[in-house]
Amino acid sequence: MMLLLPESAMLLFSVVFLFLSLAGRKETHFFWARAMALAGFVLSLLGVSGEGNLFFGAYHVDLFSQIFKALLSAGFAFVVFMFGSDEEVDSAYLPDFFMFLSFSTLGLMMMASAVELISIVISLEISSFSLYAIVPLRKSQTKLQLEASVKYLFFGAVSTGVMLFGMGYLYGMAGSTFLADIIRALPEFIFQPVGVLALTLTMIGFFFKLSLFPMHFWAPDIYEGASNTTTTFIATVPKIAAVALLIRIAMLTPSLPPQLTGILIILAALSMTAGNLAGLVQKDVKRLLAYSGIAHAGYLMLGIISLNSGGGAAAIFYITIYLFMNLGGFYVITLLSKNGDNVLVEDLAGLSKRSPLLAVTLAVSAFSLAGIPPTGGFTGKFFLFVSAFKEGYLAIVIIGAVNTVISIFYYLNLVRMSYSKEPGAFPPIQMLFHEKALCYALIFMILYMGLVPFGLLERFNGAF
Amino acid sequence: MEKYLIMNPLDFPILSTIIFLPLLGIALILFMRGEGAIKVTALITSIATLFLSLALYAHFDPQTPLFQFGESLSWIPRYRISYTLGIDGITILLIVLTALITPACVLCSWTAITDRVKEFMICVLLMETAMIGVFCSLDFILFYVFWEAMLIPMYLLIAVWGGPKRDYASIKFFIYTLFGSVFLLVAIIALYLVNGTFSIPEAMFRNYTFNFQVWVFLAFAIAFAIKVPMFPFHTWLPAAHTEAPTAGSVLLASILLKMGTYGFLRFALPITPAASFTFAPYVVALSVIAIVYGGFVCLSQTDMKKLIAYSSVAHMGFVTLGIFTFTQLGFEGAMLQMINHGITTGALFLSVGIVYERTHSREIYDNSGLGRIMPVYVGFFGLFAISSFGFPGTNNFVGELYVLVSAFAWSRTAGFLAVVGAVLAAAYMLRLLKAIAWGREDKRALRDMNLREIIYLLPLGVFVLWVGIFPRPLVRMMENTLGHLLRQLQGFSH
Repeated sequence: MMLLLPESAMLLFSVVFLFLSLAGRKETHFFWARAMALAGFVLSLLGVSGEGNLFFGAYHVDLFSQIFKALLSAGFAFVVFMFGSDEEVDSAYLPDFFMFLSFSTLGLMMMASAVELISIVISLEISSFSLYAIVPLRKSQTKLQLEASVKYLFFGAVSTGVMLFGMGYLYGMAGSTFLADIIRALPEFIFQPVGVLALTLTMIGFFFKLSLFPMHFWAPDIYEGASNTTTTFIATVPKIAAVALLIRIAMLTPSLPPQLTGILIILAALSMTAGNLAGLVQKDVKRLLAYSGIAHAGYLMLGIISLNSGGGAAAIFYITIYLFMNLGGFYVITLLSKNGDNVLVEDLAGLSKRSPLLAVTLAVSAFSLAGIPPTGGFTGKFFLFVSAFKEGYLAIVIIGAVNTVISIFYYLNLVRMSYSKEPGAFPPIQMLFHEKALCYALIFMILYMGLVPFGLLERFNGAF
Repeated sequence: MEKYLIMNPLDFPILSTIIFLPLLGIALILFMRGEGAIKVTALITSIATLFLSLALYAHFDPQTPLFQFGESLSWIPRYRISYTLGIDGITILLIVLTALITPACVLCSWTAITDRVKEFMICVLLMETAMIGVFCSLDFILFYVFWEAMLIPMYLLIAVWGGPKRDYASIKFFIYTLFGSVFLLVAIIALYLVNGTFSIPEAMFRNYTFNFQVWVFLAFAIAFAIKVPMFPFHTWLPAAHTEAPTAGSVLLASILLKMGTYGFLRFALPITPAASFTFAPYVVALSVIAIVYGGFVCLSQTDMKKLIAYSSVAHMGFVTLGIFTFTQLGFEGAMLQMINHGITTGALFLSVGIVYERTHSREIYDNSGLGRIMPVYVGFFGLFAISSFGFPGTNNFVGELYVLVSAFAWSRTAGFLAVVGAVLAAAYMLRLLKAIAWGREDKRALRDMNLREIIYLLPLGVFVLWVGIFPRPLVRMMENTLGHLLRQLQGFSH
C-alpha cells in the first residue's frame, strides 16, 4: 500500500467525486477538490522514495516512476486550483468533471510505472477515455467542442491502433509482453527492419499524447474547442507521462539504431519548424499555445535520442519546466477570459495596466517558452542541446537554435500586446488571494528552475 | 585555477556586491509606493554602485595581466558550470563606465518619465546588474545568462516608454540580438564538448583545429557583429536608438554596443586566434565601410537622435578597426574608443533628451538657434560635439589617433579611408552644432539647464577633457592586459 501512495490518493479523489456526482448539488466541491489535490501532491512527494515490484512484475515502482508521479500530481493539483469559475463547465457536471480529471491522472500515473505492454495499454486507455469524456464538457454549447471531442476520439483511437500494431511486433520478437524480456530479445533484431518498425510504431502512440509531428493535427482544434481548464490539463499533464513512456521505450535498447534516431531527428526538426511557423499566424491564444506545444515536443525528442549522454534527465527537466511555463500561460488566459470564452491575442492589449501581476506572469512564461535566460525554459533547452550535441547531432541543435529565433516572434507578441498596447474600455482585473499566490508560485518556479537547476537535475539523473 | 585567477584580496566579495547591489535596490523599490521615494532609492543604489566600482578601480593592480578579485563557486557541477567572476584591465574600465552612466540614466529620467516610474526604475537597475554581470563573468553560461538577461529590460524600456514607432523598433532590436545570441550558444556548447568545462579562461589559447576555429569564430562574429553593430548588421540600431527613451538610448549607446567589441576582445581573439587572423582583412574592410558609410548617412539626417545613432556606427567602426589590426596601439586605441564613445555619445543622447523635454521634438530645425536662449546647454553640447569628431584636446582625439596610426601600419588604404571618415565626422557634427547654436533667430521661451541636468553632464564633460589632455592613467590600467593578449596572439600567428 505504501508503494501505491500516489495512485491511492488519486483513486480516492476520483471515488469521492464519483459519489458526489450521484448526490445533489453542493457549493463545497471546489474546496474539497483543492484540499484533496493538495493532499495527493504531498502524498506523492512522500512516496518518492518507494521501490519495488507489484503484480507479478508488471508494475515497477522506482525513483523514475515516482518522480513522474510527483510531477503528474503537481500538474493535477495546479489544474484543480486554477479551475475556479462556474462559467466554464455546467455546475451540474462539476463533480463528474473532477472525477474524470483525476481518473485520467490516475491512468497517467499507472503509465509511469507500467513495465508490461498490456498494462501500458490499459493505463493509457484509462487516461484517454476520461479525457474523451471531458472535452465536450463546456458550458457554452457550440459545435466547436463537439467537433473537438470527436476529433480527439478518432485520433486517439487511430494512434492506439498503430501503437498496438508495433507492440504486436515486439511481442512477436520477444515472445513476452514484459519489457524486461523484450530488452533481452531486442538486440538480435534491432538492426533489422522489424526492430526499427516495432519501436517506431510503438512510439507513435505516445507521439500522439505529446502532439509530435505528424501526430499533432488534433492539438490546435482540441485546444480551441475544449474549455480553458480542460485545455490546460490536456496541454500539460498527459505530456509528462508520454515523456516517461518514450524514455522507457528508448531504454529498451542500449543505444537506438541509427535508422530510428534518423527518423526521430527528422520528426523533431519538422515538429519544431511546423509548430513555430504555424504559431506565427495564430490569433487565438490557445491555438498559439497548441502550436507552441508541438514545437516543444520537437525539443523534447532531443533528450530521447541522446539518453546515453544525460538526455533522459534533460528531458525530465524540460517537461517539468514545460509544465510550469504552460500553466503560467494558460492561467493568465483562464483568469482573463470572460464567461470561459476563448481569449484572442488582441484581448491581451493593455494587460499590464489592467493587472500588472498577470502581465508579469504572462511575460515570464512567454520568455521561458522562448528560452530566454534567466528562466527555466533556457536552462532546460540548454541541457537538451548539450546532450544532443554530445551525441554528435549538431544539425538538430542548430535547427533548434534557429527555431528559438522564429518562435520569439509570437511569444514576444504576447508580451508586446500586454505592455505596449493601450487597453480598450476594459476594467482592471480583480484577483483573489489564492489566484495571486498561484501566479507568484508559478513565477517563482520558472525562475527557480532557471537559476538553481542543480538540485532537481541531480534528482532526475539519479533516476537512470 | 591559480593559473589565471587572483582571488579577491578584500574581506567581502566586491564583484558580487557590485553586480547585485542594483537588485537589492529593486527589492526595496518593489515595496514602495511614492514616486519620489522610488526615484531617490534608484539614484542612491546606482550611486552606491558607482562608489563601489571606484573603490574597485582604486584597488585594481594594473601590473598583472591576470584576472583579479576572483570569486568562484560551483553552480551546476554536472556540467562543470561555475559562478566565477574576475576582472582584468579590459573590464575594469567598462565596469566603471557602466556604473558612471547608470546614475545619469536615473537622473535624466527624473521628470522625463511620468508613466510607470516604478517599473522604469526597475528596468534601469536590472540593466545595470546584467551589464556589470556580463563584464565580470568568467564562465560561459554565467556570461550567457547575463548577456541574454539584458534583452528583456532593454526591450521593455523601448517598448513601454519609447517613441511613436516603439513597437517596430523594440521587436527588431530583440530579434536581431537574439538571432546572434543563439549561434553564440551553439559555439559555447561546442567549446564545452572539446574542453569539458564552461570556464572562459580555460578555453583561451588552446590548440583547436583550424576548421573548428573557423566555425566558432563565425558563430562569435555573428553574435558580436550584430551587437556592435557592424555594417551590414546595423539596421536595428537607428530604429532602437531613435525610439528608445533618453535613458534607453544612453544605455544602448554607452554600454550595450560595447558588449560586441568586448566579445571580440575577450572571446574571438583568444579562443580562435588563427581564425581571427584569417578573417581580419574582412573585418577591417567592414569596419572601414562602416566608418565611411556612417559618415555619409549622418550628413543627410534631420533627426538629432538618428544622426547620433548613425555616428555610433562609424565610431564603433574605429573600435573594430583597432582590434583587428593586432598591434598594441590598435588594441589600446580600440579600448580607449570604447570608453570614449560611451562617454561622448552617452552625453550627446543625454543632451538631446534635455532639449527634447523642452521642445518635444528631435528635429534639428525645431531645436536650432539655442545659442542665446540656452547658453549653458550649448556650451555642454558644443564640448561633446567637438569631442565626438575627435577634436584635439578631447578624449576621442587620443583614441582615434591610436587607431589611425595602427591602421596605417596595417594597410594604407584602410588608414586613408578611416581618415576620410574622420573628416566626414567633423563635417556632420559641425553642421549639427552650427544649427543648434545659431540656426534660428526667433526668440523662444526655453529654460536653460537646471542644476540636476548640470550635475549629470558635468562629470562626463570633465572626463572628456581629462582623457583628451592626460590619457595616461587610463592607458596604464589596460596596457598590461592588452600587451599580454597581443603576445599570446603572436605566439599563435605562425
